[in-house]
Amino acid sequence: MELLGKTNIDFIGKRNIAFAISIVISIVGIIGIIQIARGAANMGIDFSGGTSMQLKFSKPVAIADARVALHKGGIAKVDLQEIRDGNKLLVKIDRNTTVALGKSADAVQEAFKKGLSGNDFVVESSTEIGPSIGDKLRKDTLVAVAISMLGIILYIAWRFDFKFGIGATLATMHDCLAMFAAFLVLDKEINLLFITAVLTIAGYSLTDTVVVFDRIRENLHKNLKGSLHNIFNNSINEVLSRTIVTSLTVFLAAASLFFFGGEVIHDFAFALLVGVLVGTYSSVFVASPIVVLLENRALAKQSEKA
Amino acid sequence: MPKGTGWRIALIGIFVLLSFLYLTPTLAGKLPAWWGKLLPKDKIHLGLDLQGGTHLVLEVDTQKAVEGSLDIVATDLEDTLNSKSLRFKRINRTGSDKVTVVLYEKGTAEAVQKLLKDKYPGYEQSPVYDEGGFMALNLRVDEKAAQDRKDKAVQQALETIRNRIDQFGVSEPIIQREGINHIVVQLPGIKDPQRAIELIGKTARLEFKMVREDISPSMGVVPEDAELLKEKTVDQVTGSVNEVPMVVQRKSMITGDLLTDAQVRIDSQFNQPYVAIEFNALGAKLFDQVTAANVGKRFAIVLDNNIYSAPVIRERISGGSAQISGNFTEKTAADLAIVLRAGALPAPVKIIQNVTVGPSLGQDSINKGLMAGLIGVVLVVLFMAVYYKLSGMVANLGMVLNVVYLMGALAALGATLTLPGIAAIVLLIGMSVDSNVIIFERIREELKLGKSPKAALDAGYDKAFLTIMDSHITTLITAAVLFQFGTGPVKGFAVSLSLGVIINLFTSLIGTKVTFDLFLHRGTVKKMSI
Repeated sequence: MELLGKTNIDFIGKRNIAFAISIVISIVGIIGIIQIARGAANMGIDFSGGTSMQLKFSKPVAIADARVALHKGGIAKVDLQEIRDGNKLLVKIDRNTTVALGKSADAVQEAFKKGLSGNDFVVESSTEIGPSIGDKLRKDTLVAVAISMLGIILYIAWRFDFKFGIGATLATMHDCLAMFAAFLVLDKEINLLFITAVLTIAGYSLTDTVVVFDRIRENLHKNLKGSLHNIFNNSINEVLSRTIVTSLTVFLAAASLFFFGGEVIHDFAFALLVGVLVGTYSSVFVASPIVVLLENRALAKQSEKA
Repeated sequence: MPKGTGWRIALIGIFVLLSFLYLTPTLAGKLPAWWGKLLPKDKIHLGLDLQGGTHLVLEVDTQKAVEGSLDIVATDLEDTLNSKSLRFKRINRTGSDKVTVVLYEKGTAEAVQKLLKDKYPGYEQSPVYDEGGFMALNLRVDEKAAQDRKDKAVQQALETIRNRIDQFGVSEPIIQREGINHIVVQLPGIKDPQRAIELIGKTARLEFKMVREDISPSMGVVPEDAELLKEKTVDQVTGSVNEVPMVVQRKSMITGDLLTDAQVRIDSQFNQPYVAIEFNALGAKLFDQVTAANVGKRFAIVLDNNIYSAPVIRERISGGSAQISGNFTEKTAADLAIVLRAGALPAPVKIIQNVTVGPSLGQDSINKGLMAGLIGVVLVVLFMAVYYKLSGMVANLGMVLNVVYLMGALAALGATLTLPGIAAIVLLIGMSVDSNVIIFERIREELKLGKSPKAALDAGYDKAFLTIMDSHITTLITAAVLFQFGTGPVKGFAVSLSLGVIINLFTSLIGTKVTFDLFLHRGTVKKMSI
């Protein structure tokens, strides 16, 4: 079976539209990173410090009632979220609260016992993280992201020539930025799992780019006459079906995590889905056109000299 | 069989056998008796997020350990000067790194200087200076010695905490030092996390101090050699807390490090639990002296600056045993006995991270993770079978091999499986067929060029090889970084991902290739099912 027959799409010719879209996505992503740096983003408590609890009640709880109960218990600044199946409630208290760390989980339990009496609950999970841990984690994460990016760039630079290296690196960064953009726009929580997803995609999305680049390189060696534009376009069209199929299999796996993996890794799986999709797009519409751009510029310079 | 196939099939078979061998301890609830010493016993451990439990990160306040040892130096020096009849105004710790000695006369200053030089060679001595008409000098602990003390304090704290947890009874706890002053404690499957946390976090510095009956606590001003502490009592019926302030001597007569044992006993008269303690020889001697000298006076039993009880000394107590009563429940008395037996922490600890997962959520995560994995497998298998027909099934076989090997490797390494780790395995199901997709597409191209199935197959594998290497190495780079920096669940993800990627190279390049070779080697197959 074949998904696509022989295609002949002018990918390189659409680069202006693609660049426009990608620049917008990247800018939103950069804004997202700036928001994180400023501490204004929706940060998970593993980075910001604070307390988060997941409670399972015996009867449904209205968010408003829960908030009133916590308020009476002396916990004012609190973020509440309902999980549909099984009367579950997520409670998130950031570190700038009045309740001391190490005591807030107890305080929440006390408040609910008093304020929602008659509705028994069990604590399914509770996480308390001190500010020093959060700061350390944030630093470690930045270092981790920087090192893995550097590792990938060095590897690509070694395997391909410089212009391909730039194309692959920019495409990878674009994919990561797109994930930040999606989480910013949808106001999803930035936590350690999200960063894990970003790094995973940074490594994975190169697969598609490498497949395309390998073919371009092969065709460049074979055929030195055709225009750069055509060689690139033909190469992309030739490997288009495998670009799509390889992404599709990973997409299927990530989708089953998203739909069936449970709430703990729901957002993680969502990040992976976004990453796989964007990674496929970027290997065709970002990485290759950038190389064409760079090659053409180099050619133009050469002819000027001559 | 074609040439070069035998060893590859043998290798695949051996790896499958090894995987199942290593997986046996994990899959079998109990190992049979004949499972000898040489056979592997390591299991895949479940992370705390899957089996439930508590993960704590404690920060040791190491500065306090340095200050504590300076306090001891100060007390020690007082005794020495007293015994040599060298008169001093005061000796105490000042700031965080020095002891200040204030003397009356120049003559004593010289004697003290010499004495300090002999007795505390590790400390830096300041020249004598004038302080409000008196002679003063400082004894400063140098940077390196302070660092040593801090390092030892963390080590001691770790041992003490390990002792306490062992006595509390938790199966397979993990207690590790992390970084300079952090201790990580993992308590899998613990039922009463709050109680364990209190037990671990208590400094448990036990001191016996004389009560200063001559000073009323309500006066507000306490002389320098005394301090104001509180006795807390909880009414067991109403639950209300009552605090009685008391002024006690700052200097402690006896401390908890002189204990040899602590046990819970029940008072036969009031049916009230108390903690019976035994002193060592030195402690017994001191206790004997102190009680003999202070009959009729009160002394306070102080734990972490809270007074537990302040009984009147009725008679001299020899023999080195005493009891701590207070209003205990059986649990609190048992916990106090544990911390006294295990000894005090050299410095206070602070809990800076506490992640507790209940057993129900853990089980839920396992179930959902497995479900997602199963559905992922079915989707990928179906897709590959439909899209690449028989060849797709070969790729699926490779994927199954991949999962079996990965689980075997995780078991062999005794790795910890976390929920993100399961997610990584699910993701790998999708990734592991990718290499074969790249190869198959290449084969299709070669077939279109009119090559025979056998030639197309070889060309496909050869030409796709570098592409596959590249994509695996880049994934491996990020997985390695995640492993280095990640903690807990993320580390589990990195372990699964990096192992999976390495194994995938083997299954997709050797495992599937050999299967094709078996079918196509004679060159008689005219059409390939791809």
